[in-house]
Amino acid sequence: MTDLTSASIPAAHPAPRKSSLLTQSALVKKRNAAEARFKYYGIAAITISLSVLAIMLWTIFSDGLSAFKQATFTFPVTLDAERLDPKGNRDRAEMMKVTTIGYTSLLNEQLVGYLDARGISTEGVDDREIGAFISRDTPARLRNLVLDNPGILGQTIEFNGYATGRIDGYLKGRVTRDSAELDTNISVAQLDLADRMVDEGMLSASFNWGFLTNPDASDQRPEASGLGVALIGSAYMMLLVAIMVLPLGVAASIYLEEFAPKNRWTDLIEVNISNLAAVPSIVYGILGLAIFINFAKVPQSSPMVGALVLTLMTLPTIIIATRAAIRAVPPSIRDAALGVGASKMQTVFHHVLPLAAPGILTGTILGLASALGETAPLLLIGMVAFVANYPAGPLDGGMLDPATALPVQVYSWASRSDPAFIERSAGAIIVLLAFLVVMNIVAILLRRRFERRW
Amino acid sequence: MSFAKLAVSAIAMAAVSATAAAARDNVQVTGSSTVLPYSTIVAEAFGENFDFPTPVVEGGGSGAGRAKMCEGVGTNTVDIANSSSRITQKDLDTCAANGVTEVMEVRFGYDGIVFASDVNGPEFAFTPADIYNAVAGQVAVDGAIVPNTYTQWADFNPDMPAQDILVLSPGTKHGTREVFDERVIIAGCKATGAYDLFLATAEGDDDRAKSRAANGACTTLRTDGRNVDIDGDYTETLQRLENDKNAIGVFGLSFYQNNTDKLRVGTMGGIEPSTETIATGEYPVSRPLFFYVKVAHLDVIPGLQEYVDFFVSDDMAGPNGPLAQYGLVADPELAATQEMVANRTPMGPLN
Repeated sequence: MTDLTSASIPAAHPAPRKSSLLTQSALVKKRNAAEARFKYYGIAAITISLSVLAIMLWTIFSDGLSAFKQATFTFPVTLDAERLDPKGNRDRAEMMKVTTIGYTSLLNEQLVGYLDARGISTEGVDDREIGAFISRDTPARLRNLVLDNPGILGQTIEFNGYATGRIDGYLKGRVTRDSAELDTNISVAQLDLADRMVDEGMLSASFNWGFLTNPDASDQRPEASGLGVALIGSAYMMLLVAIMVLPLGVAASIYLEEFAPKNRWTDLIEVNISNLAAVPSIVYGILGLAIFINFAKVPQSSPMVGALVLTLMTLPTIIIATRAAIRAVPPSIRDAALGVGASKMQTVFHHVLPLAAPGILTGTILGLASALGETAPLLLIGMVAFVANYPAGPLDGGMLDPATALPVQVYSWASRSDPAFIERSAGAIIVLLAFLVVMNIVAILLRRRFERRW
Repeated sequence: MSFAKLAVSAIAMAAVSATAAAARDNVQVTGSSTVLPYSTIVAEAFGENFDFPTPVVEGGGSGAGRAKMCEGVGTNTVDIANSSSRITQKDLDTCAANGVTEVMEVRFGYDGIVFASDVNGPEFAFTPADIYNAVAGQVAVDGAIVPNTYTQWADFNPDMPAQDILVLSPGTKHGTREVFDERVIIAGCKATGAYDLFLATAEGDDDRAKSRAANGACTTLRTDGRNVDIDGDYTETLQRLENDKNAIGVFGLSFYQNNTDKLRVGTMGGIEPSTETIATGEYPVSRPLFFYVKVAHLDVIPGLQEYVDFFVSDDMAGPNGPLAQYGLVADPELAATQEMVANRTPMGPLN
């Protein structure tokens, strides 16, 4: 059929090419190629961002997972009453005169003696180097144990202690024999001894609860450092931010959406709120230092002052999210309520707010998540600090005690000289990421569960 | 529970907390990030051995710390400023203007500054002149000042490895930069003869102004990428050094001692840096470390006097104490410092 028609058309002179659906003209080809290229650009963009994310996660997890394991050793310690309580009257004040230095030498001697008694060869390792196995935090823990229970003096107790950072790193593969040869802080002979101690069951690596519960420790004892104070500080701050930001944000949004007249003033306020949401967070830190610490005399480094600053920082974001949620409630709901005689306030609180609640909650949680990861404003209000005491309970004024926060701990560990802190820093990032993921999942679930579409 | 009630209670809570300027029972320390590790080691041991809470120690820089200390007297200001350089007259004036009239200056030891390269690279034996020739903007060649075009260490000193020049210097924000300029760059400038050439052409009314101009010309470093100022911590310098194996980094002695498996230290004038050679003064690049205490706070903040006493005690800052183990060079005049601290002697005017 086609043959016939095409044959029957007289081909007097070549007609100008007509476009056909079956054969593509040059222009169409060009357009299609551009479209295909555009698709590849998109795929490339996604691939690049995903691979960067994958590289980042891989480095964090490969560096940080080992922070969740910790080498500890167990050996019997005889608590020599004459050394730890020279006066012999079991008086706490008298016993406090024996400092951690006294306990350190006691522990070192006990460890050397025990290795000898077990017949573990200490070839090539002198007594001081054996003492270097014990974390510097161990004498302090033993001292506290003795001061709290003077009755155990004179007894022999099974004592658990952290191994120092280098030994810990050897058990976890961070420290190798090659690196130990160059390292002045550890010798290959010490690693050999560590191997023998592992064989004898004295030294082992297990899950590191201390990483989540211990307070921060100084540069000389990375093995004893943990996120305890930072977790409490972050929890206090998030609690206070939620308590302060939700009523303020919701009240401001309801007023602006439902009650405020539309005039130049409200326009000005609206523009300012949008601008405030884009202000760099460090600016809020400067503001917090000037207002809350210097003027209102809130104690610095406290979760309270951190929460006040973070509240200011998240408020614009939350107002914007809340207003969007309120605006998404259809006017017909309001009209119906007003139509049956409800007052404006009844309409808002009985109908609009409950329907907007899922959106408001989602916005709030996402705002809190961004506040949780914020370091810059905390730099100026004294929260980027070494804090070794837990803050008190929330009802005992703990909100005013010094504390740090999770992102701050990541930052301060990353700048310490001992390489073991790099591992801790990455471990803290993992904990922070876990919290952020949980918060985002909660936000998604809330939206899925309660969101209504009209 | 309506939103109104919640809002009211939250605002009330914030107001109560804001007015309750609780009396502080912990010592607050801020300042130099070089002194920070020493300060945390002492703070931790202090918290363990005394019935006082562990002091809160912040970093942030010497200058910022001293400025914070000079903000005024009162429990909402810090008690101690750590500093890796001596306090300036400007700081003291600010202090006096804000009512901080008596400040105790405590020098607790010395810190060495070392030049280190990648552990697998060649060995380096530096002199200040070598460092000057490597990083200065202008160098002396055959009695004339010319722009620095050296690309390899062997270009100006045939004894050095034929390795591309890349020096990671401390940034101008660092207290380390001051001693780097003074003890290495200016010393090298004089040793190579560049200083005299700069002085001959320096403009100024008197000799002092001329020598200041010459020092300024000496410390103007090259900007063609062979000298990189690092404004971050030593960890950042180490990261850069691991990425570019040709680099020479400037570190604190304690940082180097914690990373001897990655770094190879260079000698300076034939002397290897160690706590011993720095204590005797053989190794030239070192500086004193200080902290400044507000005398007015000593009787107000519980534990402050005890913390200061404990810091300078032989158990801590002495040659066998934990600070020395971490890399501090103990101060031979520690006994005098201990006495000064016990007597609460405020510092006199700067000389």
